[in-house]
Amino acid sequence: MRLLVRILRFPWNHKRRLLAAYLFTAGATAAYVFLPELFGNTVDLVKDRIEAGGVADSTILGICLLILALGIVRGIFSFGQMYMGESLGQHVVYDLRNRFYDHVQHLGFGFHDSQHTGNLMSKAITDVEAIRMFVNLVVVRTPYFMVLFVVVVFLMMRIDWQLGLLSLALLPVAMTVASLIRMRMRNAWLEAQEKFAVLNTTLQENLTGARVVKAFASSDYEEEKFRVHNQAVADDMYKAMKLHAFNGSFVLFIFLLTLGIVLLFGGLGVIDGRMTLGEFTKFVLYLQILAQPFRMAGMIVNNLARAMSAATRIFEVLDAKSPVKDRPNAVEMQHARGDVRFEKVSFGYRRDTPVLSDFSLDVPAGRIVALLGAPGSGKSTLASLIPRFYDVTKGSVTIDGVDVRDVTLESLRRNIGVVQQDVFLFTDTIAANIAYGRPDASMDEIVRAAKIAQLHEHDVSLPDGYETVLGERGVSLSGGQRQRLSIARAVLLDPPILVLDDSTSSVDARTENEIRKAMASVMEGRTTFIIAHRLSTVHSADTIVVLEDGQIVERGNHAELVEHGGLYREIYDLQLRPQEEVLMEFDVPAKASAGSTQS
Amino acid sequence: MMQAMGGRPSSTSKDGLDEDVFGNAVDPKVIRRMLPYVLPQTRLVIVAVIAMLLFAATQVSVPWLIKLGIDRYIANDDRGGLLLVAALFFGSAVINWVSLYVQDITITKAGQGVLLALRRDMFSHMQKQSMRFFDKTEVGRIMSRVQGDVYQLQEFLGTIVMTVGDFLSLGGIIVVMLLLDVQLGLMALVVLPLLAIAMAVWQPFARRTFIKARATISIVNASLNENITGVRVVQAMNRQDENLRQFDVKNRSNLNAFLGAGRLSAGVLPVVDFLPAAAIGLVLYFGSSMVSGGAIEIGLLIAFILYIQRFFDPIRNLTMQYTQLQRAMASGTRIFETLDVEPDMVDAPDAEVLPPIRGEVELRNVSFAYKQGEDVISNLSLRIEPGKTAAIVGPTGAGKTTLVSLIARFYDVERGRGSVMVDGHDVRDVVRTSLASQMSMVLQEPFLFSGTVRENIKYNHVDVSDEKMMEAAKAVGAHTFISKLEDGYDTYLEERGENLSVGQRQLISFARSIVADPKILILDEATANIDSHTEAQIQLALRSLLKGRTAIVIAHRLSTIRGADKIVVLSQGELVEEGTHDELLDRDGLYSHLYHMNYAVLEEIGVA
Repeated sequence: MRLLVRILRFPWNHKRRLLAAYLFTAGATAAYVFLPELFGNTVDLVKDRIEAGGVADSTILGICLLILALGIVRGIFSFGQMYMGESLGQHVVYDLRNRFYDHVQHLGFGFHDSQHTGNLMSKAITDVEAIRMFVNLVVVRTPYFMVLFVVVVFLMMRIDWQLGLLSLALLPVAMTVASLIRMRMRNAWLEAQEKFAVLNTTLQENLTGARVVKAFASSDYEEEKFRVHNQAVADDMYKAMKLHAFNGSFVLFIFLLTLGIVLLFGGLGVIDGRMTLGEFTKFVLYLQILAQPFRMAGMIVNNLARAMSAATRIFEVLDAKSPVKDRPNAVEMQHARGDVRFEKVSFGYRRDTPVLSDFSLDVPAGRIVALLGAPGSGKSTLASLIPRFYDVTKGSVTIDGVDVRDVTLESLRRNIGVVQQDVFLFTDTIAANIAYGRPDASMDEIVRAAKIAQLHEHDVSLPDGYETVLGERGVSLSGGQRQRLSIARAVLLDPPILVLDDSTSSVDARTENEIRKAMASVMEGRTTFIIAHRLSTVHSADTIVVLEDGQIVERGNHAELVEHGGLYREIYDLQLRPQEEVLMEFDVPAKASAGSTQS
Repeated sequence: MMQAMGGRPSSTSKDGLDEDVFGNAVDPKVIRRMLPYVLPQTRLVIVAVIAMLLFAATQVSVPWLIKLGIDRYIANDDRGGLLLVAALFFGSAVINWVSLYVQDITITKAGQGVLLALRRDMFSHMQKQSMRFFDKTEVGRIMSRVQGDVYQLQEFLGTIVMTVGDFLSLGGIIVVMLLLDVQLGLMALVVLPLLAIAMAVWQPFARRTFIKARATISIVNASLNENITGVRVVQAMNRQDENLRQFDVKNRSNLNAFLGAGRLSAGVLPVVDFLPAAAIGLVLYFGSSMVSGGAIEIGLLIAFILYIQRFFDPIRNLTMQYTQLQRAMASGTRIFETLDVEPDMVDAPDAEVLPPIRGEVELRNVSFAYKQGEDVISNLSLRIEPGKTAAIVGPTGAGKTTLVSLIARFYDVERGRGSVMVDGHDVRDVVRTSLASQMSMVLQEPFLFSGTVRENIKYNHVDVSDEKMMEAAKAVGAHTFISKLEDGYDTYLEERGENLSVGQRQLISFARSIVADPKILILDEATANIDSHTEAQIQLALRSLLKGRTAIVIAHRLSTIRGADKIVVLSQGELVEEGTHDELLDRDGLYSHLYHMNYAVLEEIGVA
């Protein structure tokens, strides 16, 4: 019930449109229910005239003209009703989409780690659509059908209450059967929907894993797998549709039975002289009007159920609270010097599994720190605590002595440039992609940043230069180029603190060299955290921090640590040295093209 | 997605299949292609058509029975007769019920049969496509064909039944009205041409507006999708306000487009509502004087009103169904386009089934290009003895992956540009599956399927015993962590094993290759993405696993390369050197040059 109230709040925000929709509805209904009345009266008039003669044709002409006029009125009101309903639904959807969009982009990394894009999108598309249908069908039309029903029943009762009651007799039967079926139908639909999801997964994996399927010559196996799921979908759909068909045909049957009852008992009434032929006609025509709400009742209940589940799914997102948000008394962080300090920091993605515990590290401004360690040792986690992608569970992270939680997120992140491992390109021009963090940057600034990131040469070689559109439907960049673009983004922000996740594994010598140069130039004068996999970058860091299970096990510069012969030396032998050996196959004097590379 | 899969750059895919084309409502080509799918359902369709006719007949009979009751019995105070009509009415209602139900379920059954066959054919057609096809076609697009377009057809099947039913009852009503009274019938029908004109004027406007509205909504969705996918950048760069502003512009233009569409679709309502009123007024005026003149009876007039009311509902529906029809035709076109993509690699009709092989691999003067004129492999000859291990090294773009792809026959070498032989058989002359089933491959990116660990390790060798499966898992060192999983081998891997680490996933795919018991095993940078610990584990396992198998290994790490029976050095698609590690060092060629240079680098840094 609370859920329903929450859904209803959406149209309630557009009260004027809602009210207009209701007024038009009332008008259209009024113009419509007069028809049986007028027609019935005509029947009696004609009958009278046959018996007595003398009723002027002009009365009937008047009635006919009135019917015409009411037809026009009804048409105009119907237009208003439909348009206002549609408009209301569209405005609700518009609000909802903006809210959804904005809320999602403010939810923290923790939320997005646990959500699949596909799921969020299906909420934004399918579930929002269900809400629109709800507004249109349930909020606007249901009162209409209810009023229509009440008015028509009242009019029927006024003519002959016994016959009126009789014609309502089958209604409970229809409702009971329909609601019983609807319960089963909902389950059947859910089941079919799930089978569909399985079928789609099977297909998608088969296509994405085409190489595996071919390597294992398993297409027969795959076809059999698909056949089973395909059959299950067809069977379940049939089951659901059968219920649907039964429901629809049964409701129609009940309606026809009611009409039959009225024909019989109304007819007997006319024969007995209890009602006139005109009144009888009115009855038949009123029932005809009721046919529509009859048919729509199923749809409305169906829609209501669908909207409730849709709203649950949407509110799951809209109600999600981001643990990372501005404190009420958060202040603006000015341009920082860049002293970063971790004080007894503990953190875990899940409560029971700490990734960092009691971690302390002090990095003076302008220093370069390389973070090293096995996968899962906490390097990336450490780096993501500085821009507050996550909040520490214990201890604190400070910049220039100020706790990062005491400043606004916006001003904090303005001070930190992040070059992520997985570089995301937006469907836009190269220039706009570089200027992503500073949409107001001038072209000169963009070009300068691209030059620093060693990307300029590539950019001007593209057909439209900096105006070349990137992204899914545009030109694609190689891994190395993406990374340099991400560096250019960071350069343009000119932040005092940099976080570089440098873990592209295999790139060719030239790219490797370019990335190295780009990184070196951008790190100058900034406090830099590098999550490094390359000996060349680790080697040049001021401090190397070796992590194991969220703890610092060693720190020092390259020479010291190799000398020391601890974990660093071990990692170096195991991991870095083989990586260096990789170099041997790259330094072939190849005329390797700078464009997209093939491995 | 393609890049992750094959390492091939996905050129802006140009497979000529374009999105959302709005075509004719009736496309004879599509209908002709649909016939083979509908024909097996003939019996169901016949039953459905009979049911439909019965349904239409009972629908049309209702006003007529009412007229009968009034004019013949009520007017003459004949109770018995009225009872008879009521009984007839009841019978008609029962037939109406049964026929509607039968019509719906038979059409559903037939429709599901058609969809089942379509999906089946599309799926198995995809299995026949070569890697070339997957290199240039995005998975998302195929998905939307099989998912979205087949779904459109399903919706269409629902509508087509209604449309046909509507046409039948429309025809029935017209015939009955004219039979009952020609004059009044013509009067009721006189408004029809007006309606047709109104529709003809309205339709093009509506179509354009609806297409525009649909275009704006896909822009809105794409924008949202991008923002979710790139949310980490958005937040790191503080772009939320700017993005919301841009989104609002798109969202608002969508709102306006739909409001425009709403105005248009509501715009026909006055016409559709007025015309029946006009018809009723007309019939009532002239009809009533005919009644008082004794030309017709009053029940007939009532029946006419009922007919006119029923008459306009189908017409109203038809305008809605028109768009649905258009969309279905566009979907049908796309589906058949997909089915018409010729597989570029098919077994020759006289291809022989490869007998059990020893595992000798030979390439003779092979040249190969993905794009005409850009050879990735040129005139390469190579022989690998059965049971031996060959390591392939070379810089990025040297053609290593291409080389193994040719051996696995993901691509065919053009005739006349050399040949790939296995045990002396040209791979192009054997049935592909008979070769592939004796060969196995571990890729750089482990690919698992949603399913249990057991299903993933056994994969298509479902009849392999659990002991053998565990043996394989133990051999690659996967058994320990699998046993620690919640349900052991029955643990369900969500989303292709996202609950496992990359290393663990790779171990499972190693086990999968072992279960397949291949004679030839190809490792394409199989250990590049895993941590050094797991790597060492696999290295250890490989020693015993490779016994008795021919192995072709693309590797980076010296330890792997050094242990190979033969090292093949590729550069720009050419074989520049081959031999053992020691031989190559002695030869003092490229390999040794690189090897020494590399050590020099390490020395310089001060660690070697």
